[in-house]
Amino acid sequence: MANNIFVIAEHLNGKVEDITYEMLGKAKELAASAGGEAVAVLLGSGAKGLAGDFAAGKVLYVDSPQLAEFNPEAYCKTIASLVNSHAPKAVLVGNTSQGMDIAAGLSIDCGLPLIAYASDLSAGNVTSQLYGGKMNVESAVEGDRFIASVLAGAFPTDAGKGSGAAVEDVPAPDLSGLKIKFKQLHEPEGGDVDITASDVLVSVGRGIQNEENLEIVQEFADKLGAALSCSRPIVDNKWLPKTRQVGKSGLKVKPKVYIAIGISGAPEHIEGMKDAECIIAINTDANAPIFDFAHYGTTEDLFDVVPAMTGKL
Amino acid sequence: MNIIVPIKQVPDLVEELEIDSSGKDLDREWLKFKVNEYDDHALEEALLLKEEFGGTVTAIALDGNDIDKALYAAAAKGADKVVKVTGLDAHVSNHQAARALANVIQGMGADLVFTGVQSVEDRDGQLGVLLAHYLNMPHISVVTGVTVAGSNVVVKKEYSGGIYAEFEAATPIVLGIQAARETPRYVPVAKVRRAMSSTEMEEVSAGDVSVSAGSSVSRMFKPVSGGKAEMLSGSAEDVAGKLVEIIKSKS
Ligand SMILES: Cc1cc2nc3c(=O)[nH]c(=O)nc-3n(C[C@H](O)[C@H](O)[C@H](O)COP(=O)(O)OP(=O)(O)OC[C@H]3O[C@@H](n4cnc5c(N)ncnc54)[C@H](O)[C@@H]3O)c2cc1C
Ligand SMILES: Nc1ncnc2c1ncn2[C@@H]1O[C@H](COP(=O)(O)O)[C@@H](O)[C@H]1O
Repeated sequence: MANNIFVIAEHLNGKVEDITYEMLGKAKELAASAGGEAVAVLLGSGAKGLAGDFAAGKVLYVDSPQLAEFNPEAYCKTIASLVNSHAPKAVLVGNTSQGMDIAAGLSIDCGLPLIAYASDLSAGNVTSQLYGGKMNVESAVEGDRFIASVLAGAFPTDAGKGSGAAVEDVPAPDLSGLKIKFKQLHEPEGGDVDITASDVLVSVGRGIQNEENLEIVQEFADKLGAALSCSRPIVDNKWLPKTRQVGKSGLKVKPKVYIAIGISGAPEHIEGMKDAECIIAINTDANAPIFDFAHYGTTEDLFDVVPAMTGKL
Repeated sequence: MNIIVPIKQVPDLVEELEIDSSGKDLDREWLKFKVNEYDDHALEEALLLKEEFGGTVTAIALDGNDIDKALYAAAAKGADKVVKVTGLDAHVSNHQAARALANVIQGMGADLVFTGVQSVEDRDGQLGVLLAHYLNMPHISVVTGVTVAGSNVVVKKEYSGGIYAEFEAATPIVLGIQAARETPRYVPVAKVRRAMSSTEMEEVSAGDVSVSAGSSVSRMFKPVSGGKAEMLSGSAEDVAGKLVEIIKSKS
């Protein structure tokens, strides 16, 4: 057991999230060099079937009505008890909305170091992406056991898919007296524009400075026949609706051309658009991480380049 | 409701980041700091709740990185109390920072603790979640809205694609705020200056922080990617012309 690598499986709305397969693939690799196996940990209610395509040596499945939907408190308690009783070498948790509620709590409850924002992992060495993607750090772990929260999209999904992992039922710990109760899941409201359906996306970020300036990018998008999408701060400022947001907490897009205007390229944004066929970045900061993902780039001021492009259409 | 809002100064990413001579940390000599943007949201959500349901809002922070200014700004926006936790190095691990804040918050009778959901430098975990576990309180992160229902709170937690979950939770609880219901309020510099002379900043010692993150940085480096973008040169007009050609050929 001590050489096994745990992967905390994630699912929402009856569907396994890709991060699960991404981590399973990596866990297999880590387990092979440690002489153990990749063990998927799945929590749910009547959700055993979700493990059908996990490429794992084993699946530990905990069934309880309290675990039917993600609940930070119930999931933390259950996973901590499993980690404490099985003592795996490493635990991989998604750096996702759900995983963010699990990883740091496990660190305390299981007395294990946590390395967050992992973009690469090998035995005893974890690379994290910090400072909005502008710096990487490698961490050395004391002892040989650790927890890592893994960035979505850091590893391919294929290696984590397979068939026929044995599923072991594990009884749930005492989950009575929970202080957090799940009420309901809300689906997004339909928007005026479906940014996932557009071949070309003009995407605007905080570099646009204010709401009035949006006109500059809207006009460019209109002339180009493209949809207008954006980074998170634009939505948080209520300048565009949530349905236009690209990224971790927004939508995943795969257009033929993605034009990032005044967007720095934080990991949470990159997660939503890195698979676009052609990425163009306009950003005055030559060190902006977006240029690591773009195919073409310019450090010219957006307020000069964008109107000039509009003029040429 | 008695709401505690821990706030943190983070390096302003607009500035160029350099690595120091140890090769393990940022060169902090010329770093410009600003309040973590999610802390502005956390404070805003706290102030909105106070305005609707009454109560008090306390901003709290570890000393260092030009924090006084941030605490006075919180007071200027409407925080009733500001507390500075002293006696720690500014670069402690998040485990130690969380332990220190837990030591101080423990005795404050908090109903709600609103942290920012994350910052750009929490290598060993988000402080809010660590803090909750040290305080033995439950925790929900990626929160985009809080309302009060009797002695409980109703909390929205965001997933991807615009999906969100609604939870009802008993207090006390720690919430990691991603976005307030309203855009965080702006406060003019003059008002911050007035707050500096009219606000009494409470200073409290961090207490025993003998916990460890269990890991340390061995190397910091700027990311090097395989496929760096082809950078276009020339005037803005030239660049615009080239980009339009590229867009047409690729779409
Ligand atoms: C849990 C969580 C989920 C998140 N989900 C998402 C998500 O789904 N989508 C998302 O986008 N973000 C998300 N974020 C936020 C993310 O971390 C970043 O804060 C955000 O992506 C930054 O947006 P930005 O690039 O527009 O702004 P900034 O990072 O502020 O970048 C603005 C850029 O504009 C450039 N600029 C300024 N002026 C000009 C000019 N005149 N011409 C050209 N360039 C200029 C600057 O150099 C800078 O690089 C999430 C964060 C968290 C914690
Ligand atoms: N040194 C600190 N002092 C006060 N609050 C902090 C500190 N570090 C982190 N926090 C809080 O924890 C949140 C998440 O930060 P981090 O753990 O760095 O991701 C911040 O937004 C603050 O609310």
